[in-house]
Amino acid sequence: MAAAVSDDVWAEQNTTPDAIEAALRELLRRRHAVNENLAPARVLNMVVIVDRQWKGEIANRLERAGRYHASRTVLCAVEDGRDKLDAVATVSYEEPGGGRIGVMREQVEIDVGPEHVGGLQTIVDPVLVSELPTIAWSPHGHEQAVEVLLPLIDVMLIDSDDPRDPVEAFARAQELCDRVYVVDLAWLRTTPWRERLAAAFDLPQRLAALSHAIELEVRHQGGSAASGLLLTGWLASRLHWEREPLAVEGRGDLTGTVERDQDEIAVRLRTAVQESPGLAGVTVTCTRGTSLSLQRGVGGLDAHEELLDGSSRDWKIVGASRGEGGILGEGIRQALLRDPTYGPALGAARELCPV
Amino acid sequence: MSTAPPPSALDLENPLSEGLERQPVHPTSLVIFGATGDLAHRKLLPALYNLAHEGAMPERFELVGVGRRGQEHADFRQATVESIERFCRRRPDKGVLEGLLSDIRYVQGSFDEEHVYAELAQTLAHFDERAGQPLNRVFYLSTAPQFFPLIAQQLGAAGLNEAEDAEVRIVIEKPFGYDLASARQLNAQLLEVFDEPQIFRIDHYLGKETVQNLMAMRFANALFEPVWNRNYIDHVQITAAEDIGIEGRAGYYEGAGALRDLVQNHMLQLLALLAMEPPTAFDADRLRDEKLKVLEAIVPPEVQDVPAMAVRAQYGPGVVGGERVPGYRQEEGVAPDSRTPTYAALKLHVSNWRWAGVPFYLRTGKRLARKLTEIAVVLRPVPHLALQSSGSVGIQANQIVFTLQPDEGVSVSIGAKIPGSRMRIRPVNMEFRYGTSFLSESPEAYERLILDVMRGDATLFTRNDEIEALWGIIDPVLEAWDDDTVSSIAQYAAGSSGPEDAAELTEEDSRMWRRL
Repeated sequence: MAAAVSDDVWAEQNTTPDAIEAALRELLRRRHAVNENLAPARVLNMVVIVDRQWKGEIANRLERAGRYHASRTVLCAVEDGRDKLDAVATVSYEEPGGGRIGVMREQVEIDVGPEHVGGLQTIVDPVLVSELPTIAWSPHGHEQAVEVLLPLIDVMLIDSDDPRDPVEAFARAQELCDRVYVVDLAWLRTTPWRERLAAAFDLPQRLAALSHAIELEVRHQGGSAASGLLLTGWLASRLHWEREPLAVEGRGDLTGTVERDQDEIAVRLRTAVQESPGLAGVTVTCTRGTSLSLQRGVGGLDAHEELLDGSSRDWKIVGASRGEGGILGEGIRQALLRDPTYGPALGAARELCPV
Repeated sequence: MSTAPPPSALDLENPLSEGLERQPVHPTSLVIFGATGDLAHRKLLPALYNLAHEGAMPERFELVGVGRRGQEHADFRQATVESIERFCRRRPDKGVLEGLLSDIRYVQGSFDEEHVYAELAQTLAHFDERAGQPLNRVFYLSTAPQFFPLIAQQLGAAGLNEAEDAEVRIVIEKPFGYDLASARQLNAQLLEVFDEPQIFRIDHYLGKETVQNLMAMRFANALFEPVWNRNYIDHVQITAAEDIGIEGRAGYYEGAGALRDLVQNHMLQLLALLAMEPPTAFDADRLRDEKLKVLEAIVPPEVQDVPAMAVRAQYGPGVVGGERVPGYRQEEGVAPDSRTPTYAALKLHVSNWRWAGVPFYLRTGKRLARKLTEIAVVLRPVPHLALQSSGSVGIQANQIVFTLQPDEGVSVSIGAKIPGSRMRIRPVNMEFRYGTSFLSESPEAYERLILDVMRGDATLFTRNDEIEALWGIIDPVLEAWDDDTVSSIAQYAAGSSGPEDAAELTEEDSRMWRRL
């Protein structure tokens, strides 16, 4: 059974960043004095900017991020009509047993008003652990806040699946990419698919067949067109397919062609009925009659291969679904890594977007 | 439209694998010999589940258990499910479990029975046929060591030591040999059937993050390497202390003892990693070449010199965690006059330019005061200290301590001024703990190592010449202790820090063991 999590809490109305920072230091000092086996986590700062009325929902999402918590999370809730800062600082820990080391994590919630947003960096900066990398996430927009925080942060967490229009989402992602390192949750939703496609085409005969691909179909949940485009963009960038904008067809499906060595490859992105965000399936058809299809299933991906002789094979590629909480956790973890393939995939996905 | 591609990109390598954290692993059939045993159920099967949960398995993975216990596939499947549910570090996902074990097979029989291998060959061929491609094959020998040569020979006789268009690998658990002669013999027996690159001699310590971090610390930081030599390092202590006894494994332990159980493999590997020169590349052979040079630089003692450099002892009755526990000779299955050491301490020297004159003290024991595995690098004291004043608790030489158990981490002790008006110094620690410095938790060593076997990466496995070098260091000590049937075996109280004789090993050099 997991050990119970305990919280030490400090709260103050009409407070200041200096007071918040001092309170955090005092909370940590006191707890360490009580149990010297408790040490503060020192991995990553995370700044989250949210609408005040949706603060609870975002806090719950962060809670469900699993084992990948930032060591210090600063959640700034923007509330209309507010002109003073209110703050709650919490140090959470599990009492370690058996002489082991326990980790303390810090969370600060600061209620700010619209007037504070333009100078948000002056509120956030003193509260960050200065030697740690900082990731920012602004799920409710607040572009002005993001703008003033950009010089402070190392990584911007975005979700290109959030805005309805992938064109707009990708343009914003590209703009951010030029200024900070970007972690895109829509991209992370494609990770298991990219890993499985890479593994599937690692076999020499399939890799050879991939250079004769004639058709690609990506199936995605209705709200995850960006994920679908990013996966397609990834394949296009990795395989050096020449891109042209796809056309909208039917109920949001996208179709078109890309080229490789003057051979055309038909591309289709289809929406699929699926509860969870992300991709539902991928089918790569390599020559007439041969194809490899991966479909989301229970306990992993269901693989189906059609062969030249008309026969087929089915098998399961095991792996647990991370869920949306796990995707967010992975986004936090990715702040400490660097993925060289996102940028090219994003560029290709933008070229594939309908005009 | 974007520019034309370089047409040769696909000819070079898999272009889809770049940038992925999880690189593709070739489809594999894994056969566990000794599949009903403790290691398989406590470690191997849960490790396989964790890999499956994380999506780290090959796209096709087949699992076969081989054991002497008579049972059906379904029985083995059920036992596997129960072990995973009990020993896995996370709550299993039913869908993943079902996918992983849906077609798990069990082959029953003694390891010397030909039908076992015929059935195995048939099963593996079936998997290949179903996949439409030859799967790589990994034979994991999680059995008692006497079966290693037999199983290897039988695999060879059945033609299972090689496969067309697929890799075949064999994993040998410890202990690898009983002494130098038996290790050489086992190497020769394995090499009659398998080529060296096919053989993965596992030492799970090498799969631990901190062990690998030894190399990262040394070779990725300019801070340590300049002092990593005889000019700055006074001595090194490697400790592997356990608070538990033999846990009902008298049959194994009576024949092994502390030296074979931990020193010959884990602790000497740690010493080699700590003392080796930087490899030119982080690949299997470059790394193992460097480790081998260190091991070969440790001059094995002459038998008559052993008493001066080695200490053995047994735990007697005592108190551990507030409870009275029996002594080793009172443990079930242990002979009342047993001479098997449950504690061993050694002083070794690495005779090369870097380490000449620096003693390496190793100690391991069961039923000690606490569970602790660490490597402590103790630096020389500063040549002149102007700061010391009365009232100081004293200056301690800097120590760099790599802790493997119970928490993985690294600490550096430094002298710091005690707050106040006087210049008084006391040692304080700068700590790095995995739990506080990384978001992710360390995978179990077996997860990393099993994946490495499937990838064919032998970097963290022991090569044949290395294993013989390890035994070459230990052999004279074993011989001296075996020859001495007269002198009494020192006893230490269970729950203590070990025998007094061990203290003399360091005290005669004007040094002392770190506190457990």
